Amino acid sequence: ACAQLQLAVPVAVVFAPGSVSGDLPRPLPFGDVQETEIAVNQRTSVTSRYETVYRSTTAREEAALDAATAREADAALHLLQDASVGSLTVYVVPETSPLLPQGVSVYVGKHRSALVRAGGDLAALRTRLQQLTQVMSFTATSIAAALSDRVPDGQLGPDARRHLKSSLGYEITFSLLNPDPKSHDVDWDIEDAVNRYVQPVLDKLSLVANFSVDSQILYYAVLGVTPRFDKESSSFLLSAHSLPHVINPVEARLGSSAASLYPVLNFLLYVPERSHSPLYIQDKDGAPVPTNAFHSPRWGGIMVYNVEAPASPQASLPLHVDVDMVRVMEVFLAQLRLLFGLSWEELPPEFLLESPGNEGLADWELDRLLWAHTVENIATVSTTLTSLAQLLDKIGNIVIKDDVASEVYQAVASAQRAMAELAAGHLHSAFQASREAVTSSERAFFDPSLLHLLYFPDDQKFAIYIPLFLPMAVPILLSLAKIIRETRQRKKEPTKMD
Amino acid sequence: VCTSRFWFNYRHVANTLSVYRSVKRLGIPDSHIVLMLADDMACNPRNPKPATVFSHKNMELNVYGDDVEVDYRSYEVTVENFLRVLTGRIPPSTPRSKRLLSDDRSNILIYMTGHGGNGFLKFQDSEEITNVELADAFEQMWQKRRYNELLFIIDTCQGASMYERFYSPNIMALASSQVGEDSLSHQPDLGIGVHLMDRYTFYVLEFLEEIHPASQTNMNDLFQVCPKSLCVSTPGHRTDLFQRDPQNVLITDFFGSVRKVEITTETISLDSDLGGFESKLPKEELATEPLKYAEQLPVAQIIHQKPKQKDWHPPGGFILGLWALIIMVFFKTYGIKHMKHIF
Repeated sequence: ACAQLQLAVPVAVVFAPGSVSGDLPRPLPFGDVQETEIAVNQRTSVTSRYETVYRSTTAREEAALDAATAREADAALHLLQDASVGSLTVYVVPETSPLLPQGVSVYVGKHRSALVRAGGDLAALRTRLQQLTQVMSFTATSIAAALSDRVPDGQLGPDARRHLKSSLGYEITFSLLNPDPKSHDVDWDIEDAVNRYVQPVLDKLSLVANFSVDSQILYYAVLGVTPRFDKESSSFLLSAHSLPHVINPVEARLGSSAASLYPVLNFLLYVPERSHSPLYIQDKDGAPVPTNAFHSPRWGGIMVYNVEAPASPQASLPLHVDVDMVRVMEVFLAQLRLLFGLSWEELPPEFLLESPGNEGLADWELDRLLWAHTVENIATVSTTLTSLAQLLDKIGNIVIKDDVASEVYQAVASAQRAMAELAAGHLHSAFQASREAVTSSERAFFDPSLLHLLYFPDDQKFAIYIPLFLPMAVPILLSLAKIIRETRQRKKEPTKMD
Repeated sequence: VCTSRFWFNYRHVANTLSVYRSVKRLGIPDSHIVLMLADDMACNPRNPKPATVFSHKNMELNVYGDDVEVDYRSYEVTVENFLRVLTGRIPPSTPRSKRLLSDDRSNILIYMTGHGGNGFLKFQDSEEITNVELADAFEQMWQKRRYNELLFIIDTCQGASMYERFYSPNIMALASSQVGEDSLSHQPDLGIGVHLMDRYTFYVLEFLEEIHPASQTNMNDLFQVCPKSLCVSTPGHRTDLFQRDPQNVLITDFFGSVRKVEITTETISLDSDLGGFESKLPKEELATEPLKYAEQLPVAQIIHQKPKQKDWHPPGGFILGLWALIIMVFFKTYGIKHMKHIF
């Protein structure tokens, strides 16, 4: 189906005193609009509009920019602005400003603002701005990945379908695998850890979807792969190419099929057996991985937690182990971010990111997710409704119930609203509308009443109806013929008698 | 999917269970398998070895075992349920194990066995699914991207007719016999008294026994399984809809499950001294009202309900016309004087 999406990003560029470059086209404040087109395929195109407003700082913003570190400045500035979801504010500070450390030209805060060091002319500033918007909102690749089922095969890289698809909710399961309860008596305070560390992240992500969390402990669950013993480090190693075979034997015991209909993300903590401790994961180059963890796209992650050997060989088994949940949660939450597609890898040089702390992700990362998911949702609605229409064209005798029809109307209205809001730059309402549209369209498409089983080829029609009606019809037709002959004869009679 | 029931179709159940066992051995968990069987072999009164289903003569291999999870059994194996599973148009109350929860990165293997004919497959001796319906179901799956690649294997008489009508991309199909040929069964077991397996599936299983989760065998080898000398029928395959070259498609892409895995190199840093979690505690102290059972069945309402007026529809035109014709002919033929005896 044809789709022309317009993504509008409101950007404000605020010049601190001393940072205005000499070659501005017009005096401050002024605004301009930049549009670029991202062509996905012949019938789908996404246009991004950056509606930029250039102005100078207010007095209060100047005071905030006088702070000692960039972090404090960011916190102070956040209180002053009312940045809506999806917008960006860029503060240009003079070249000599102490806020940005040496060698760093751009500081990206954890809300929706960034500090850029003024350096030369407007063109350089514009380049920086473009890099910044690519990082903080969306890139052509991320939009193309969101629309991955429309892109002709082979154009996207093999990694394009890694990230979780947009869904109304996700189910997160934390599992502790203890294959050797005789040696280790493992205790993990998962409820406390979830409340402290996971819940803030999920609260922040609650804008994107509903999350539910559960946890379980599995005993005598082994990895499907036997680790090798490495003499040099006197430890056991799992090589990178054996990792894909680890997941399946465990999955059978995870019980994830009893959970909800939402996609399930499994996070497993594996405490190796006494005889296989310590166990390290090797990456492709043979070096042990510092996090001792790996993840599988759209499935979840596994971390290996090594227990120290007891000090004296005569220590009584089982050893009591209290899992250090902070270390574990740091890895699991990082894996959660990676599963959603938020990673810090592709930063341009001279960019410094503020760490989002316990919230797990910055506001602008949330925006990135929202942009990708909104575009994906709208594309999905369009594909679903088009295919439903094609189905109805092809099979004439499907009955559409009233509630299915109303869902379709609702889906269309919500999708149109979402596209309008996207073009206006209101990301939050666009996302909500796209969610409603997806819910309605999925409900309409997957309604159980739409299953048609009536395929009647012509030869079956002949085969069924002719043996039934032909014998019955023979006497009727012959009698009809007789009646007609008699009527005609009677008409001729009166003329003869005259 | 095994589409037959009754004792003499033992071999179809044994076929399906053997493929199920191989697929599980190669790593696919039960949560990713939808097994449809008319589960009437193991506990059939005619089974001399109850609770077993053998696939080799001399009762070497019991494929029924302890951990067979049948999702659709007995009379639930119908064309409607099969199409509902494929297209996803399932009533909301269906449990997760009975659903096909696949997405655009899933490779799906569909194995069907039973009695078939030119363009159709018989389900449980009472209904049939045509190749056009199957092709339409696959197209519906493709529209919603419910599969990345699909491998369809069918072991019935004239099996090749079932894949003739496919038109959706990324489908590869294998059948045990061409149109006009019958698929034959392999060997009877004199102790049990029925044929245990079909030839095509038997040789496919021998081939699969040599595959392990990390093997690199590709689809071209699978196409060579069971030549005419062994199988008597000519197996066929169809790869024109498939985008990759079968040479590059691993058997484990469909029969096993090798996941993409990435090493986690990033961590976030958590501050462990936050007191933010204390706000959660007061939730547990909410006064909960005493629970009571909801009204299970409003009996009083049901007893005193008046019967609903069913709308009366006048008989349709066709019926009226037919009866008018019959009456007219009757009276014309036998004379109008009989009319007064009726009125």
